Amino acid sequence: MARIGVFICHCGENISATVDVARVAEEASKMPGVAYAMDYKYMCSDPGQTKIIEAIKEYKLTGIVVGACSPRMHEATFRKAAEKGGINPFLCEIANLREHISWVHPRSEATTKKAIDIVRTIVNKVRQDTPLFPIKVPVTKTALVIGGGIAGIQAALDIANAGHQVIMVEKSPSIGGHMSQLSETFPTLDCSQCILTPRMVEVAQHPNITLHTFAEVESVSGFVGNFDVKVRLKARSVDLSICTGCGACWQKCPSKKIPDEFNAGLSFRTAIYSPFPQAVPNKPVIDRAICTWFQKQKCGHCKKVCPVGAINYDTEDEFIDLKIGAIVTATGFDIKHTDFFPEYGYGEFKDVIDGLQFERLASASGPTNGEIRRPSDGQIPEKIVFLACSGSRDKAKGIEYCSKICCMYTAKHAMLYKHKHHQGNAYIFYMDIRSSGKNYDEFVRRAVEEDDVRYIRGRVSRIYEKNGKLIVKGVDTLMNSEPVEIEADMVVLATAVVANPDAESVAQKMHISYDKHHFFAEAHPKLKPVETNTAGIMLAGACQSAKDIPDAVSQASAAASKIIGLFSTDVMTREPVVAVVNRSMPPMFTTCTGCLLCMEVCPYHAIEREEIKDRTGNVLKIAAKVNAGLCQGCGTCVAFCRNKSIDLQGYTNLQMLSEVMALLNKPF
Amino acid sequence: MHPMSEFEPKIVAFVCNWCTYAGADLAGTSRTQYAPSVRIVRFPCTGRIDFMLLMKAFENGADGIIVSGCHPNDCHYTSGNFHARRRWIIFRSLLDFIGFDTDRITFSWVSAAEGKKWATLVNEVTEHIQAKGPFTDLDKLDFDQLKEQYDETITK
Repeated sequence: MARIGVFICHCGENISATVDVARVAEEASKMPGVAYAMDYKYMCSDPGQTKIIEAIKEYKLTGIVVGACSPRMHEATFRKAAEKGGINPFLCEIANLREHISWVHPRSEATTKKAIDIVRTIVNKVRQDTPLFPIKVPVTKTALVIGGGIAGIQAALDIANAGHQVIMVEKSPSIGGHMSQLSETFPTLDCSQCILTPRMVEVAQHPNITLHTFAEVESVSGFVGNFDVKVRLKARSVDLSICTGCGACWQKCPSKKIPDEFNAGLSFRTAIYSPFPQAVPNKPVIDRAICTWFQKQKCGHCKKVCPVGAINYDTEDEFIDLKIGAIVTATGFDIKHTDFFPEYGYGEFKDVIDGLQFERLASASGPTNGEIRRPSDGQIPEKIVFLACSGSRDKAKGIEYCSKICCMYTAKHAMLYKHKHHQGNAYIFYMDIRSSGKNYDEFVRRAVEEDDVRYIRGRVSRIYEKNGKLIVKGVDTLMNSEPVEIEADMVVLATAVVANPDAESVAQKMHISYDKHHFFAEAHPKLKPVETNTAGIMLAGACQSAKDIPDAVSQASAAASKIIGLFSTDVMTREPVVAVVNRSMPPMFTTCTGCLLCMEVCPYHAIEREEIKDRTGNVLKIAAKVNAGLCQGCGTCVAFCRNKSIDLQGYTNLQMLSEVMALLNKPF
Repeated sequence: MHPMSEFEPKIVAFVCNWCTYAGADLAGTSRTQYAPSVRIVRFPCTGRIDFMLLMKAFENGADGIIVSGCHPNDCHYTSGNFHARRRWIIFRSLLDFIGFDTDRITFSWVSAAEGKKWATLVNEVTEHIQAKGPFTDLDKLDFDQLKEQYDETITK
């Protein structure tokens, strides 16, 4: 038999000015199940809470209703008081008499009646309340960082420096990511590799970091604190524990005409190769799709010349299973290439290049040793035209968003060119200049004022070749939209930043959501910018949206701090507002029919298919099962369940029905 | 029956915790006055709302109903409001088919920042339902006759 206590707060005069609180308390005392009702000036004050605690003990209350301000304000306060009084905190509910009644209605009979109605609904809900207990989840204090670019490196180092184990998985043979390809960085023009490579080495040598390069995440299951991750270590054909990185193998390799990914296709590499001189680990890998041994079972030069016998053609992909507590997804981005642009020659003009190729041309470690030369004939260009917004902010191309980094790197490119070739002419076609970072606008001003870079506001409609020159036809919208034609030696397209080609499959493996451009979705655009909707999986860097280095690093540190916070306890405590599938003994008598519609609608992939078996292992029934670690308590499954076999604790079908019935004065 | 002018409709609002409930809280903190006709039932998400509860409310004397949650794409749980919207579209056509007056149900989005919109919504729905008068469609049904019809159909 329910013995409910009702406590009506005056909130000074905030409630009592328009609601007849004494009458509400008096009416409440007559409601079915109510054993005690009172009103008091400040229920949330210490004496107010003491009154609640004493009443619970004195009247042996089984639940309490506090008619006061919004539950968003003081629900926690009163639940604590309930706990102190000796009842389960989830048996305390709030009737919102202030925000929803006294502050929005005048003093009248209707207002007081509404207050009585609301108290009655909550009393009726409390009658259906059951004690709930916080869910405790153990935490495995090992983090997985997917992606070894600057964001992944930052996150891994931050977590490792806090004393936790980190496993880093990178799909390419070396860590470093796109940042290792850059020549200089804006807005300081310091050398990218100079600031990056020490951090790469730090990752490799950190006692708390285990590095797996040339590896990919195969599957992720489990939930926050307790992920089971399977990682595929792709067959490298080189034993990293023996290899010294001497380079004898790739010097002898006869397949020499493979476009080099690191130099953005501007130079060639061999079939056995180390991606770049500062690679970590700086040890080679065999590209099996091209290697003559793997294609024709002939050659074997590298194996013959290897002084330590590190090369083994028979290695196969290995799989390792990891127990992981939290994951940082830092899988990075890709850019559109010149072949995306029919109006700029479909990538057929050799001297029309993308921004990343220009970075390699300008880089001291690049194919031209830092001299900016035309890819077609190796001449130093006298005139370069840069096109900002190539593809970005262009609905017709399906990329509505701003790629964020292009305004800045285009200014940087033009400056680098002018610094290396003072007599050269640099033109930039742009739509708007977006340079809102710290010292960014000053940087762009410097390009215009000190380095004489010519900005033309307008877009380029076409590029074609004529007598070894590239004719760039554009428009200057600040000069009465007059057509502009420039005879250029080289054109650099600041092509749009896009998601990685495998972003969608990565997201599906991790059960995280992604937007229509395949960038990963954060849990909340403003308040949860690093979390995903899957608890325990964080985002860092350009896999979420186009980002420059400072932003990627900030987000990585934020993701790391979230994980360090998560790892600060051995056992995580969660609110018990989660869905449950009704169970009975024996389990096969659950009413769940196993249609698993709930599984499809759950935004958190918190519902699993469960096989109920007999002792001999025969499957008797398929049923749904909620993973309380993943469930966030939205209740979408409850509304979908065809026969009401799944219910949401704290908002059960019975509770909601009781509320609705009581509203209309028909207690259930 | 009350004359129209004196009729005080009973309106039940099914709202989500994160947007509309908070929006109604904001109306309170900004002291935006509105009609005292509405009774709020708090759900974690509009996706949790079982539309049969709407029927229960009507059955027990509600004159009008508001369902409101986060704007599309703003759902605290990513997609609950989309599920609710989709379910409502289907449920509405079912109600239309059986001849239920769907004009008494208002589906809206009110965000946590839209205290004013909440007040306006309640006032508009109140006026609308006042103009329509009390909900009596169910009272008009002859349950005995319905039961007879049902039994006949079943025994066939």
